[in-house]
Amino acid sequence: MIGESMYQELILEHYKHPQGRGLREPYDAEVHHVNPTCGDEITLRVKLGDGGKVEDVSYEGQGCSISQAAASVLHELATGSSVEETLSVVDEFTRLMQGRGQVEADEDVLGDAVAFAGVAKFPARVKCALLSWMAYKDAVVRSAS
Amino acid sequence: MTSTSLDVERIRKDFPVLSRELPGGRRLVYLDSGNSSQKPAPVVETVREHLSMHYSNVGRAMHVLGAESTEAYESARDKVAAFIGAPSRDEVIFTKNASEALNLVAYSFGQHLWGPGGTGDAGADPRFALGPGDEVVISEMEHHSNIVPWQLLVQRTGATLKWFGVTDDGRLDLSDLPQLITERTKIVSIAHQSNVLGTVNPVADVLRRAREVGALVMLDASQSVPHHPVNVAELGVDFVACTGHKMLGPSGIGVLWGRAELLEAMPPFMGGGEMIEAVWMDHSTYAPIPHKFEAGTPPIVEAIGLGAAVDYLQGVGMAAVETHERELTAYALEALREVPTLRLIGPDSLERRGATLSFTLEGIHPHDVGQILDDQFGIAVRVGHHCARPLHLRFGIPATTRASFYLYNTTGEIDALVRGLHHVQKVFA
Repeated sequence: MIGESMYQELILEHYKHPQGRGLREPYDAEVHHVNPTCGDEITLRVKLGDGGKVEDVSYEGQGCSISQAAASVLHELATGSSVEETLSVVDEFTRLMQGRGQVEADEDVLGDAVAFAGVAKFPARVKCALLSWMAYKDAVVRSAS
Repeated sequence: MTSTSLDVERIRKDFPVLSRELPGGRRLVYLDSGNSSQKPAPVVETVREHLSMHYSNVGRAMHVLGAESTEAYESARDKVAAFIGAPSRDEVIFTKNASEALNLVAYSFGQHLWGPGGTGDAGADPRFALGPGDEVVISEMEHHSNIVPWQLLVQRTGATLKWFGVTDDGRLDLSDLPQLITERTKIVSIAHQSNVLGTVNPVADVLRRAREVGALVMLDASQSVPHHPVNVAELGVDFVACTGHKMLGPSGIGVLWGRAELLEAMPPFMGGGEMIEAVWMDHSTYAPIPHKFEAGTPPIVEAIGLGAAVDYLQGVGMAAVETHERELTAYALEALREVPTLRLIGPDSLERRGATLSFTLEGIHPHDVGQILDDQFGIAVRVGHHCARPLHLRFGIPATTRASFYLYNTTGEIDALVRGLHHVQKVFA
């Protein structure tokens, strides 16, 4: 039915087996973001390396399967990539999430994050998916300053 | 219909929404009445009829429609007064909601600190004089609407906020009652029934101690008045707040009941039309209660709709409503026990509890539970902290799933909930 499309196998896998979870040293910036409407929260650290490379994204948080799986997928996509590349993925992910289900996802850019396309149809859950991604964007900005 | 039994199938026919289909052909299973109740046809029809044929402003229009509107609005007050056992109709103040009723009372305290002039002599009553050294007592199980107004009050006045703890089984912790409510306490404000735990609080015990020290007592009865026979005079407290939309009425209408001599001693809350006696450019005198507290055009049709809701509930009989909900609660407590890893947050027996059941499922966030129940089974529950974040912190959990029942719910719907929860566990297995 309608909602089942939101709980893609990939999302459930990441929820049950989160990748890269836990806060690690060293890091350049740490941010804490919350979703006041549902109480989901995330603490996220970013470690950048030479040439704008993302060496590590580590995080700790609590919340629903969507918010926690999104953080896990983010970790996989961002770690080892360049800041520039990851920010364009964040932009595409944001565009998809805010598209009310009308936006065609660019799988080449998004990779596994395309599994969240179904979430865009549920306005109440979009913030869950975006929580860690917005935290990441914030952390990158703070790392650079 | 007798006063202790209720024909639920007949009642369901009065609620048009209960027979609607949700997208995808699902039937609605509405287990979220603690959040807001559905409306029976007579309430909808009364509101429609009034808006169509009788509507005008109340209290000031000198024509037929004005008279009809005023008559309907004031007769809703009579109905509410009778429903809650108010000794006088003038003690029933219509507000926007229970939050406004609670804020109104909280606002009445501490105005002596503002100095002369502000609201005249009103507010000078020593029972409402609150300042540094004085205390306000609430509880850890309160809805935010019975927490935040008191936080604002103590911030304004320098008074101290204290609260009852909650025991592991979801009861008000009375073990330190004498230390908690003291000669310094000016007011105690607690829920009659918890909107999360379902716990019905021991009002008499709290009241007895409050009276010993001369403190006032307010009840947030938003979750009790819709579900039990409630008589404010028998309760013996000073103020009671409740809200229309949880008791089959429209949203936008709430009720403050208070003892007349207290309401008379209190300063006005909001200024405006209809709350005055006479106005000069530099000062005003105020209307007698209840109108002193009803500034501006009130929620007219909402009040009239609430009157119709009260008629409906009295037709069914509140004793019958209470018995029916008690049967549902007994059935649900038993049925939920069968769900693996389910942890009930609140009393697990029928003793002093209402038909609100909140719980967690291990490893599955309530938002996921609620989403799957809704999408797969058409089951509407509430998920989150239910505007009672401190209570959830107390139990070390961020959120719960809450099923709350009313007169139109059936044991079949509880079966559907249990089936739904098993499915949720399968998805996250």
